[in-house]
Amino acid sequence: MLAPITTAHYLVLSAALLLIGTVGILLRRNAVVVMMSIELILNAVNVNLIAFSRHLDQVNGQIFAIFVICVAVAEAAVGLGILIALFRNKETVLIDEIDLLKW
Amino acid sequence: MPASFMPSAQELMRFAPEMLLTLAGTLIMLLEPFTESGNKSRLAWLALGALLAALGLTAVSAADPGPAFSNMLLIDEFGTFFRFLVLAVGVLTILISTHYLRSGGHESGEFYALLLFSIVGQCIMATANELIMLFIGLEVSSIASYVLAGYLRDDKRNNESALKYFLLGSFATAFLLYGIAWTYGITGTTDLSLIRSALLNPASRPNEVLTAAASAFLFVGLAFKVSAAPFQMWTPDVYQGAPAPVTAFFSAGPKAAAFAMFLRIVLTGFEPLKKEWEPLLWVSALATMIIGNFAALRQTNVKRLLAYSSISHAGYVLVALTTHSGPGAAAAMFYLAAYCFMNVGAFAIITHVARRDERYVEIADLAGLGTRQPLMAGLLTVFLLSLTGIPLTAGFFGKFYIFKVALDQGFIWLAILGLLNSALAAYYYLRVIVVMYMEPAPEGEGELPAPAAGVLAAAVGSAIATFFLGLFPSSLLDFADKARRIFN
Amino acid sequence: MLETLFFYAFAALALLGAILTVTLRNAVHCAISLIASLAGVAGLFLLQRAEFLFAVQIVLYIGGIMVLFLFVIMLVNLDAAARERQYHRQWIAGALSVVGTGLIFAYFLTRGAESLKLNEPVPAGPRNSEAVQMLADSLFREYLVPFEVASLLLLIAIVGSVVMAKKRI
Repeated sequence: MLAPITTAHYLVLSAALLLIGTVGILLRRNAVVVMMSIELILNAVNVNLIAFSRHLDQVNGQIFAIFVICVAVAEAAVGLGILIALFRNKETVLIDEIDLLKW
Repeated sequence: MPASFMPSAQELMRFAPEMLLTLAGTLIMLLEPFTESGNKSRLAWLALGALLAALGLTAVSAADPGPAFSNMLLIDEFGTFFRFLVLAVGVLTILISTHYLRSGGHESGEFYALLLFSIVGQCIMATANELIMLFIGLEVSSIASYVLAGYLRDDKRNNESALKYFLLGSFATAFLLYGIAWTYGITGTTDLSLIRSALLNPASRPNEVLTAAASAFLFVGLAFKVSAAPFQMWTPDVYQGAPAPVTAFFSAGPKAAAFAMFLRIVLTGFEPLKKEWEPLLWVSALATMIIGNFAALRQTNVKRLLAYSSISHAGYVLVALTTHSGPGAAAAMFYLAAYCFMNVGAFAIITHVARRDERYVEIADLAGLGTRQPLMAGLLTVFLLSLTGIPLTAGFFGKFYIFKVALDQGFIWLAILGLLNSALAAYYYLRVIVVMYMEPAPEGEGELPAPAAGVLAAAVGSAIATFFLGLFPSSLLDFADKARRIFN
Repeated sequence: MLETLFFYAFAALALLGAILTVTLRNAVHCAISLIASLAGVAGLFLLQRAEFLFAVQIVLYIGGIMVLFLFVIMLVNLDAAARERQYHRQWIAGALSVVGTGLIFAYFLTRGAESLKLNEPVPAGPRNSEAVQMLADSLFREYLVPFEVASLLLLIAIVGSVVMAKKRI
């Protein structure tokens, strides 16, 4: 009845997630939401990797995905730290109000 | 079975510089709480010693080149070249930063530890032969850099620089990852040598459309990291906002390592696709030179001026990359070495002139430096002339080799436009020199203190390197030439 | 058949969560939508026989990172930001580049799907217990160095966030 799911389905989903994440990064003003959009893109990468890993019948893709998650954790921790330091000094998280340096 | 888990002594030796730096960084953090606030420069000495020891270990490991850890790393002349370069940049950065941090009361062990960790990442980027390893190295270098950019947390400029660097840097990383994921999908491997054979093999050669997609994503990520157009917009803000010694580091170390990564990906794994990459690189090289130079013309802040100048220099290196040839790689390597020394040298002087809290970073603040401190003015003049590309300095031979390669390989228009660009660049470099020597010192400004020993040592060392490469370019070029053979 | 249904359910969850993440006004709501999206992706991992990653995604991503996000949202007062304009003034440029990327994607996927046989049903893959063992074997043999360097990365993240967030050095 329904067509079986193929690797291409996963790739399309991943592309859609990447696009939504890009929209968030380019259009939103709130820095916290921008950081969440970066997490979305990293998840798109992981969907891609897992799909390819299964398609090629290898484990390398899964291992790569573990490293991607590890990097996402590290980035989130440092990024939120930077955000707190900024908020303490400037009392804003809106990207276009952070304009001491010419953007 | 457990035997195979143990790496051999030979492999460990090839990875020794990175291991030493990691240990030193950890040791610095352990010692930090036991060091009195007046004695923090001991930690700087420790970091400096570790970097010098790592330079020695790099030389030792260069004597026994080869792969390590199931082909994750490839210790060859190319990797050794960039390892030496980023370690040397690290030494200069520590010399510049100690006095800067101490005068602001910000000296602490974390700064030196993060600097060492960032250099570990750059060393890995220089030697990695596998995309996962490359990516982890890049992240180690970048995440440490994000923190360094915002190190003085009470300074709004630092906060802003760190946030912008972080947001755009992780965006770029995500795109690079997407490209790597596609590359893995279409070739079934992340090893650069195997990617090359998969792309060459007519039986398994993947569809051009998919390879083009993977290449496009990789290019976006790489162009962000080397600040090439059209992805250069983060550079001026980050360089202007970060502490001056950190800017010196950013403009040299991470950039050289990113170019090492770029060169290795384009000239080994993706070498079979050079026809597809060529127009992309051609346009990007030209746009980078033009944007960098024209924007630099109207800057009044010295750090921002040098940021745009560093964008234009990335454009010259991209010209060498566009040729997709061994000699092009050698020219790019020579140029990067020359660029690192002259740029770090220039930033050393800027750090000195800026003083506490970086109050004096406008071009006008340099007025009268020629009479106030002739030595400092003379050194800055040397670096600026070298950045312009005046003969007898390293910058001249760097540009000479790049444009020669471009002409030899038939990129005549790119070479001509590049030469026109470097003529344009002379204007804004010379303007700074004119302000230093021709304009009187502003009234009512505090006395400029004598330069700190570290800054002086870094500036003199960079000047010696600049002259040495300008007078005896063949010494380094021979090494670069040996290193580029791995690409043929 | 059942797998197809589950795929569409998880994909819908992931996409809906993602769309709400980038459109909602209140950052806490954004974070909760993101959790939904990540849970959808975790379900897809399970369908693709990546059980270990499924667990990691739930425990680490949803449990760890998202708590961090919520914590920061509570720490920095975002009420003012929620009342403000939510989008950049240069939204036209941003929207154009997004549409461009989307078109390029559509082109690549329609042209490229056949040549890689991406349209064929995927292989069955090894059994669960074997799969995790293979993962561990590969991770601690071939990928030993990246694994060790990743620990350095986490150390940097700890030091970095402490340096950034503490009041006085």
